[in-house]
Amino acid sequence: MAIGWYLVVSAIIFCIGAGGVLARRNPLVVLLCLELMLNGANLALIAFARMWGGESGQVFALIVMVVAASEVTVGLGLIVAIFRRRLPIDVDELSELHG
Amino acid sequence: MSAVFFFIAAIGAISGALGVVMLRNPFYAVLALAGHLVSLAGLFLLLRAEFVAFAQVIVYAGAVMVLYVFVVAYVGGGEALPSGAVLRVLGPLFGLALAIVLSIAMLGSSLKGIQGKGAAYTLGFGTPRHIGTLLLTKYLFPFEGASILLLVAAVGAVVLARRRRGLEEPGDLERPEAPRIRAISPGYIGSMAEGAGVRLPPRHEPVESEFGPVGAPGQPDGGGW
Repeated sequence: MAIGWYLVVSAIIFCIGAGGVLARRNPLVVLLCLELMLNGANLALIAFARMWGGESGQVFALIVMVVAASEVTVGLGLIVAIFRRRLPIDVDELSELHG
Repeated sequence: MSAVFFFIAAIGAISGALGVVMLRNPFYAVLALAGHLVSLAGLFLLLRAEFVAFAQVIVYAGAVMVLYVFVVAYVGGGEALPSGAVLRVLGPLFGLALAIVLSIAMLGSSLKGIQGKGAAYTLGFGTPRHIGTLLLTKYLFPFEGASILLLVAAVGAVVLARRRRGLEEPGDLERPEAPRIRAISPGYIGSMAEGAGVRLPPRHEPVESEFGPVGAPGQPDGGGW
Protein backbone atom coordinates (compact mmCIF):
# COMPACT_ATOMS: atom_id res chain seq x y z
CA MET A 1 0.00 0.00 0.00
CA ALA A 2 1.17 3.52 -0.73
CA ILE A 3 2.27 5.62 2.22
CA GLY A 4 -0.49 8.14 1.48
CA TRP A 5 -3.14 5.62 2.58
CA TYR A 6 -1.57 5.34 6.01
CA LEU A 7 -1.46 9.14 6.26
CA VAL A 8 -5.17 9.31 5.37
CA VAL A 9 -5.99 6.79 8.12
CA SER A 10 -3.89 8.72 10.64
CA ALA A 11 -5.61 11.98 9.70
CA ILE A 12 -9.05 10.36 10.12
CA ILE A 13 -8.12 8.96 13.54
CA PHE A 14 -6.73 12.33 14.64
CA CYS A 15 -9.88 14.17 13.55
CA ILE A 16 -12.18 11.67 15.26
CA GLY A 17 -10.18 12.20 18.45
CA ALA A 18 -10.29 15.98 18.14
CA GLY A 19 -14.05 15.96 17.60
CA GLY A 20 -14.47 13.64 20.59
CA VAL A 21 -12.41 15.86 22.90
CA LEU A 22 -14.73 18.75 22.06
CA ALA A 23 -18.02 16.87 22.13
CA ARG A 24 -17.76 14.57 25.15
CA ARG A 25 -18.14 15.75 28.74
CA ASN A 26 -16.89 12.78 30.74
CA PRO A 27 -13.21 13.45 31.53
CA LEU A 28 -12.44 9.74 31.19
CA VAL A 29 -13.70 9.75 27.61
CA VAL A 30 -11.87 13.03 26.95
CA LEU A 31 -8.65 11.27 27.99
CA LEU A 32 -9.49 8.37 25.69
CA CYS A 33 -10.00 10.79 22.79
CA LEU A 34 -6.63 12.42 23.57
CA GLU A 35 -5.14 8.94 23.23
CA LEU A 36 -6.76 8.68 19.82
CA MET A 37 -5.14 11.94 18.71
CA LEU A 38 -1.71 10.82 19.93
CA ASN A 39 -2.12 7.49 18.16
CA GLY A 40 -3.01 9.22 14.91
CA ALA A 41 0.21 11.23 15.20
CA ASN A 42 2.09 8.01 15.97
CA LEU A 43 0.79 6.35 12.83
CA ALA A 44 1.89 9.34 10.73
CA LEU A 45 5.36 9.28 12.35
CA ILE A 46 5.80 5.59 11.59
CA ALA A 47 4.50 5.99 8.05
CA PHE A 48 7.08 8.71 7.42
CA ALA A 49 9.78 6.56 8.99
CA ARG A 50 8.88 3.86 6.44
CA MET A 51 8.84 6.40 3.64
CA TRP A 52 12.36 7.68 4.36
CA GLY A 53 13.76 4.34 5.42
CA GLY A 54 15.03 5.68 8.75
CA GLU A 55 14.11 4.56 12.20
CA SER A 56 14.08 7.99 13.86
CA GLY A 57 10.33 8.25 13.39
CA GLN A 58 9.85 5.01 15.29
CA VAL A 59 11.95 6.35 18.17
CA PHE A 60 9.78 9.46 18.19
CA ALA A 61 6.68 7.25 18.27
CA LEU A 62 8.07 5.44 21.31
CA ILE A 63 8.67 8.78 23.05
CA VAL A 64 5.10 9.81 22.20
CA MET A 65 3.89 6.59 23.83
CA VAL A 66 5.86 7.49 26.97
CA VAL A 67 4.29 10.94 27.03
CA ALA A 68 0.84 9.40 26.55
CA ALA A 69 1.42 6.99 29.43
CA SER A 70 2.48 9.86 31.71
CA GLU A 71 -0.56 11.88 30.69
CA VAL A 72 -2.85 8.93 31.43
CA THR A 73 -1.27 8.41 34.84
CA VAL A 74 -1.69 12.01 35.94
CA GLY A 75 -5.12 12.34 34.33
CA LEU A 76 -6.49 9.23 35.97
CA GLY A 77 -5.00 10.37 39.30
CA LEU A 78 -6.89 13.64 38.89
CA ILE A 79 -10.12 11.79 38.11
CA VAL A 80 -9.70 9.61 41.21
CA ALA A 81 -9.07 12.75 43.31
CA ILE A 82 -12.19 14.39 41.83
CA PHE A 83 -14.19 11.26 42.63
CA ARG A 84 -12.89 11.23 46.22
CA ARG A 85 -14.12 14.78 46.74
CA ARG A 86 -17.52 13.73 45.39
CA LEU A 87 -17.42 16.45 42.78
CA PRO A 88 -19.37 15.89 39.57
CA ILE A 89 -17.32 13.99 37.00
CA ASP A 90 -18.13 16.39 34.22
CA VAL A 91 -15.71 18.75 32.49
CA ASP A 92 -18.38 21.44 32.19
CA GLU A 93 -19.06 21.52 35.92
CA LEU A 94 -15.41 21.61 36.96
CA SER A 95 -14.84 25.26 36.15
CA GLU A 96 -13.21 26.63 39.30
CA LEU A 97 -10.13 27.69 37.35
CA HIS A 98 -12.29 29.34 34.73
CA GLY A 99 -11.52 32.84 35.99
CA MET B 1 -2.09 -9.48 0.16
CA SER B 2 -0.80 -6.57 2.21
CA ALA B 3 -3.65 -4.46 0.84
CA VAL B 4 -6.18 -6.88 2.36
CA PHE B 5 -4.46 -6.70 5.73
CA PHE B 6 -4.19 -2.93 5.45
CA PHE B 7 -7.92 -2.51 4.89
CA ILE B 8 -8.82 -4.94 7.68
CA ALA B 9 -6.55 -3.11 10.14
CA ALA B 10 -7.56 0.36 8.95
CA ILE B 11 -11.27 -0.39 9.19
CA GLY B 12 -10.70 -1.87 12.65
CA ALA B 13 -8.75 1.18 13.79
CA ILE B 14 -11.26 3.70 12.45
CA SER B 15 -14.30 1.84 13.77
CA GLY B 16 -12.59 1.50 17.15
CA ALA B 17 -11.96 5.25 17.17
CA LEU B 18 -15.58 5.93 16.27
CA GLY B 19 -16.65 3.58 19.05
CA VAL B 20 -14.56 5.50 21.58
CA VAL B 21 -16.26 8.74 20.61
CA MET B 22 -19.81 7.47 20.18
CA LEU B 23 -20.36 4.81 22.84
CA ARG B 24 -22.20 6.26 25.82
CA ASN B 25 -20.85 3.88 28.44
CA PRO B 26 -17.19 4.72 29.30
CA PHE B 27 -16.47 1.05 29.91
CA TYR B 28 -17.38 0.14 26.33
CA ALA B 29 -15.39 3.16 25.13
CA VAL B 30 -12.29 1.76 26.87
CA LEU B 31 -12.87 -1.63 25.25
CA ALA B 32 -13.26 0.04 21.85
CA LEU B 33 -9.96 1.85 22.43
CA ALA B 34 -8.26 -1.47 23.18
CA GLY B 35 -9.54 -2.87 19.87
CA HIS B 36 -8.40 0.30 18.12
CA LEU B 37 -4.91 -0.04 19.59
CA VAL B 38 -4.58 -3.66 18.50
CA SER B 39 -5.66 -2.77 14.95
CA LEU B 40 -3.18 0.10 14.96
CA ALA B 41 -0.44 -2.34 15.99
CA GLY B 42 -1.35 -4.32 12.87
CA LEU B 43 -0.84 -1.17 10.79
CA PHE B 44 2.54 -0.65 12.48
CA LEU B 45 3.52 -4.20 11.56
CA LEU B 46 2.60 -3.50 7.93
CA LEU B 47 4.91 -0.49 8.10
CA ARG B 48 7.74 -2.73 9.36
CA ALA B 49 7.79 -1.16 12.80
CA GLU B 50 7.93 -4.44 14.66
CA PHE B 51 9.27 -3.21 17.97
CA VAL B 52 6.83 -0.31 18.16
CA ALA B 53 3.94 -2.63 17.30
CA PHE B 54 4.75 -5.02 20.12
CA ALA B 55 5.38 -2.18 22.55
CA GLN B 56 1.98 -0.83 21.53
CA VAL B 57 0.24 -4.12 22.28
CA ILE B 58 2.07 -4.78 25.55
CA VAL B 59 2.28 -1.28 27.01
CA TYR B 60 -0.83 0.32 25.59
CA ALA B 61 -3.38 -2.40 25.03
CA GLY B 62 -2.06 -4.25 28.06
CA ALA B 63 -0.96 -1.95 30.87
CA VAL B 64 -2.60 1.39 30.11
CA MET B 65 -5.95 -0.18 29.29
CA VAL B 66 -5.89 -2.13 32.56
CA LEU B 67 -5.36 1.20 34.35
CA TYR B 68 -8.34 2.66 32.49
CA VAL B 69 -10.54 -0.32 33.29
CA PHE B 70 -9.62 -0.09 36.97
CA VAL B 71 -10.47 3.61 37.13
CA VAL B 72 -13.74 3.14 35.23
CA ALA B 73 -14.68 0.35 37.64
CA TYR B 74 -13.70 2.53 40.62
CA VAL B 75 -15.45 5.68 39.47
CA GLY B 76 -18.42 3.69 38.26
CA GLY B 77 -18.49 5.00 34.73
CA GLY B 78 -20.96 7.66 35.73
CA GLU B 79 -24.30 8.20 34.13
CA ALA B 80 -24.09 8.85 30.45
CA LEU B 81 -23.68 12.59 30.19
CA PRO B 82 -25.33 14.27 27.27
CA SER B 83 -22.91 16.68 25.70
CA GLY B 84 -23.67 20.36 25.69
CA ALA B 85 -26.04 21.55 22.99
CA VAL B 86 -23.51 23.81 21.30
CA LEU B 87 -20.52 21.52 21.44
CA ARG B 88 -22.51 18.47 20.35
CA VAL B 89 -22.86 20.15 16.97
CA LEU B 90 -19.62 22.10 16.94
CA GLY B 91 -17.33 19.23 17.98
CA PRO B 92 -18.02 16.89 15.04
CA LEU B 93 -18.13 19.90 12.71
CA PHE B 94 -14.69 20.93 13.88
CA GLY B 95 -13.42 17.39 13.38
CA LEU B 96 -14.85 17.31 9.87
CA ALA B 97 -13.32 20.68 8.99
CA LEU B 98 -9.97 19.52 10.34
CA ALA B 99 -10.22 16.34 8.25
CA ILE B 100 -10.93 18.38 5.12
CA VAL B 101 -8.01 20.72 5.77
CA LEU B 102 -5.68 17.79 6.41
CA SER B 103 -6.82 16.00 3.25
CA ILE B 104 -6.26 19.12 1.16
CA ALA B 105 -2.82 19.51 2.70
CA MET B 106 -1.95 15.89 1.97
CA LEU B 107 -3.38 15.73 -1.54
CA GLY B 108 -1.71 19.00 -2.47
CA SER B 109 1.61 18.01 -1.00
CA SER B 110 4.47 17.74 -3.43
CA LEU B 111 6.09 14.90 -1.49
CA LYS B 112 6.83 12.25 -4.08
CA GLY B 113 7.31 9.55 -1.49
CA ILE B 114 3.65 9.57 -0.48
CA GLN B 115 2.68 7.79 -3.69
CA GLY B 116 5.38 5.19 -3.28
CA LYS B 117 5.59 2.21 -0.99
CA GLY B 118 8.45 3.63 0.99
CA ALA B 119 12.17 3.23 0.93
CA ALA B 120 13.81 -0.06 0.06
CA TYR B 121 13.61 -2.50 2.94
CA THR B 122 16.90 -3.03 4.69
CA LEU B 123 17.45 -6.08 6.81
CA GLY B 124 16.68 -5.49 10.45
CA PHE B 125 14.61 -2.33 9.92
CA GLY B 126 12.52 -1.66 13.00
CA THR B 127 13.85 -4.53 15.06
CA PRO B 128 14.60 -4.05 18.77
CA ARG B 129 18.32 -4.16 17.98
CA HIS B 130 18.20 -1.13 15.71
CA ILE B 131 15.76 0.82 17.88
CA GLY B 132 17.78 0.10 21.01
CA THR B 133 21.00 1.19 19.35
CA LEU B 134 19.37 4.44 18.28
CA LEU B 135 17.89 5.02 21.74
CA LEU B 136 21.22 4.56 23.47
CA THR B 137 23.38 6.49 21.02
CA LYS B 138 21.72 9.14 18.90
CA TYR B 139 18.62 9.69 21.03
CA LEU B 140 20.13 9.17 24.47
CA PHE B 141 19.01 12.56 25.76
CA PRO B 142 15.32 12.17 24.77
CA PHE B 143 15.45 8.66 26.21
CA GLU B 144 16.67 9.91 29.58
CA GLY B 145 14.20 12.77 29.46
CA ALA B 146 11.41 10.27 28.87
CA SER B 147 12.45 8.22 31.87
CA ILE B 148 12.52 11.33 34.08
CA LEU B 149 9.08 12.25 32.75
CA LEU B 150 7.76 8.80 33.66
CA LEU B 151 9.22 9.11 37.16
CA VAL B 152 7.65 12.53 37.65
CA ALA B 153 4.30 11.23 36.39
CA ALA B 154 4.41 8.25 38.75
CA VAL B 155 5.21 10.44 41.77
CA GLY B 156 2.58 12.95 40.70
CA ALA B 157 -0.09 10.28 40.38
CA VAL B 158 0.68 9.00 43.88
CA VAL B 159 0.52 12.53 45.30
CA LEU B 160 -2.72 13.27 43.47
CA ALA B 161 -4.58 10.10 44.30
CA ARG B 162 -3.51 9.49 47.88
CA ARG B 163 -5.98 9.96 50.70
CA ARG B 164 -5.22 13.10 52.66
CA ARG B 165 -6.78 15.45 55.16
CA GLY B 166 -8.66 18.49 54.03
CA LEU B 167 -9.88 17.09 50.77
CA GLU B 168 -12.84 15.18 52.11
CA GLU B 169 -16.19 16.69 52.80
CA PRO B 170 -16.45 18.39 56.23
CA GLY B 171 -18.60 15.53 57.50
CA ASP B 172 -15.82 13.08 56.88
CA LEU B 173 -13.37 14.92 59.09
CA GLU B 174 -15.21 14.00 62.27
CA ARG B 175 -15.05 10.36 61.39
CA PRO B 176 -13.26 8.56 64.20
CA GLU B 177 -9.86 7.35 63.38
CA ALA B 178 -9.80 3.71 62.55
CA PRO B 179 -8.11 1.72 65.29
CA ARG B 180 -4.52 1.09 64.40
CA ILE B 181 -3.59 -2.49 64.21
CA ARG B 182 -0.23 -2.77 65.86
CA ALA B 183 1.50 -5.89 64.90
CA ILE B 184 3.60 -7.54 67.52
CA SER B 185 7.09 -7.05 66.21
CA PRO B 186 10.20 -8.75 67.49
CA GLY B 187 12.77 -6.62 69.19
CA TYR B 188 15.15 -6.65 66.32
CA ILE B 189 13.35 -5.87 63.10
CA GLY B 190 16.27 -5.07 60.89
CA SER B 191 15.61 -1.37 60.47
CA MET B 192 18.23 1.21 59.52
CA ALA B 193 18.39 2.67 63.05
CA GLU B 194 19.22 -0.72 64.42
CA GLY B 195 21.80 -1.11 61.74
CA ALA B 196 23.37 2.14 63.02
CA GLY B 197 23.62 0.70 66.49
CA VAL B 198 20.40 1.90 68.13
CA ARG B 199 18.60 -1.07 69.66
CA LEU B 200 14.88 -0.46 69.81
CA PRO B 201 12.73 -1.83 72.61
CA PRO B 202 10.05 -4.29 71.63
CA ARG B 203 6.70 -2.75 70.85
CA HIS B 204 4.52 -4.90 73.05
CA GLU B 205 6.08 -7.85 74.62
CA PRO B 206 9.55 -9.17 74.18
CA VAL B 207 9.71 -12.18 72.01
CA GLU B 208 11.48 -15.05 73.57
CA SER B 209 13.98 -16.27 71.11
CA GLU B 210 16.63 -18.81 71.66
CA PHE B 211 18.99 -15.98 72.51
CA GLY B 212 16.68 -14.78 75.24
CA PRO B 213 14.54 -11.64 75.15
CA VAL B 214 15.87 -9.12 72.66
CA GLY B 215 15.81 -5.41 73.28
CA ALA B 216 15.79 -3.66 76.62
CA PRO B 217 12.32 -2.71 77.89
CA GLY B 218 11.77 0.74 79.26
CA GLN B 219 13.63 2.74 76.64
CA PRO B 220 11.63 5.26 74.64
CA ASP B 221 10.41 4.13 71.30
CA GLY B 222 12.74 5.63 68.76
CA GLY B 223 10.65 4.92 65.71
CA GLY B 224 11.13 2.36 63.07
CA TRP B 225 13.71 4.15 60.99
